[in-house]
Amino acid sequence: MRSPLRTALTYVLLVFLTVMVLTPLFWVVSASFKPTGEIFSYPPTFLPQDPTLDNFTRLFQEMPIIQYIVNSTFLATSHTLLLLIIATMGGFAFAKYSFKGRGILFAIVLASMMIPFHLVLVPLFTLLYKFGWLDTYQGVILPYLASSGFGVFLMRQFILGVPTDLIDAARIDGSSEFGIYWRVIIPAVKPAMGALSIFGFLGAWNEFLWPMIVLRDADKYTLPLGLASLVGVYRQEYGMLMAGTLLSILPIMVLFLAMQREFVQGITLGAVKE
Amino acid sequence: MKPRYAPYFFLAPFFLLFGVFMVYPLFDSIRLSTYSVRGMRHQTFVGFENIERLLADPLFWTALWNTAYFALGSLLLQLPVALGLALLLSNARLKGRNLFRLSFFSPVLISGVFIAVIFYLLYDRRYGLVNKVLGFEIPWLQDPDLVMPALVLAGVWRWAGFNMVYFLAGLQSIRRELYEAAAVDGAGTWQTFIHVTIPALRPVIAFVVITSMIGSFQLFDLPYVLTEGGPGNASMTMVMYLYKHGFEFINLGYAATIGWALAVIIGVISIIQVRFFGVFREN
Repeated sequence: MRSPLRTALTYVLLVFLTVMVLTPLFWVVSASFKPTGEIFSYPPTFLPQDPTLDNFTRLFQEMPIIQYIVNSTFLATSHTLLLLIIATMGGFAFAKYSFKGRGILFAIVLASMMIPFHLVLVPLFTLLYKFGWLDTYQGVILPYLASSGFGVFLMRQFILGVPTDLIDAARIDGSSEFGIYWRVIIPAVKPAMGALSIFGFLGAWNEFLWPMIVLRDADKYTLPLGLASLVGVYRQEYGMLMAGTLLSILPIMVLFLAMQREFVQGITLGAVKE
Repeated sequence: MKPRYAPYFFLAPFFLLFGVFMVYPLFDSIRLSTYSVRGMRHQTFVGFENIERLLADPLFWTALWNTAYFALGSLLLQLPVALGLALLLSNARLKGRNLFRLSFFSPVLISGVFIAVIFYLLYDRRYGLVNKVLGFEIPWLQDPDLVMPALVLAGVWRWAGFNMVYFLAGLQSIRRELYEAAAVDGAGTWQTFIHVTIPALRPVIAFVVITSMIGSFQLFDLPYVLTEGGPGNASMTMVMYLYKHGFEFINLGYAATIGWALAVIIGVISIIQVRFFGVFREN
């Protein structure tokens, strides 16, 4: 039994820590609506005394932020869809077929998760140069998908739980192998696909270094690239920086709130089920 | 399609991409590291010269030291915080548990670039919230001795909630009987923690330590936006140094060599940790 004092202490500590974690985020929101003078005022104001949309209007006027949002959405969505296809197909093969070389191929998938992407930054860049894929979206997306080993592994874990009877029944009904994949496996692992898709989307939405290397044309920039360039030009424009940050993290926060359960399920699977 | 070919068909997309965009570049990077590359078309074979140069390059050692500092600092500071948060939240009857968990987790969703922008303002010498709360004008990002601790703290804010989720899952999978047995034996809170909780969490601790080490050694976006590696080179990390040589100086051979050094270091550390925790030991 826990003593009331201990419970009370737990709450006090939790609330204190929550304040610590959320204050920077709250500060972003608050500062985006403050005129520049107020951001620098002392003592700091908690809520904007004189709320304004100036930071946002200037952001939209001086930066192609809508373009960045469109680019980021396009890039993250296509990355996610391709990741889902690759991972469910690979996971299905490992979970439900026995075939020559399965052990070694699965070991390769596991080992691929350990290779740091940064090791191949330079040779990848020269490869894209040879393909003529620099400054293209396929140049950003496809190399990044070579690291979908985690997704394959994750989907295998889930597909293992799909009853093999269902597959046999479909096969007796004359379904093709692809038909089984499409009509039996995919519907059965939809929740797991939810977890993987938020993963993929988050990764692609937030990735910075690789798109920065591949993309040259500022019209193709994603939100992190756009905002990083904003930092270079507007070092002192705190209000605009905060407004841009707010716009960039808002979509991902909303997505996460909508799908948080699937997400938490997905990240812990790798650590606990092994 | 016959059933016996089906698995290969389903595996083709992954292995095709993996082969073209990972395996081939891995071999190519071995080749590149023996060349001096000036621009895309001027390559001269130099053998081990890049490696010799790397070992004698003081800036490489600075970058390695800074990266190791960040990795170790994160390990010592962030993991206890993550475990502490998980322990606080492990009581299932706690009210608002989901809300607390969500709050602690939220920084993980934010790209390193935006975190860098937020901390750029938080750490501002005159107007930053940190100094306003502390009441001093501490030059967090301008003092070479303070910039790495400042980055470690930002890292704690960013990642503690992420690792907390792993610890929470680990705590939930500990069997109740273990705690009941400890209570029967008259073990106190601290003794239970040391003799029951920690041993039971060993696989999760191993996972978290190894993954956060690998992640820490690849630190890039936070210092790149926040400090540009400065002041001087006080916050230059290995991946930043790789980026500088590869994509600012277009010195691809040398950058590939730095990449290999990074991979070797990550590999060695991972092996040491796997052995230390006995990850593959039967239990």
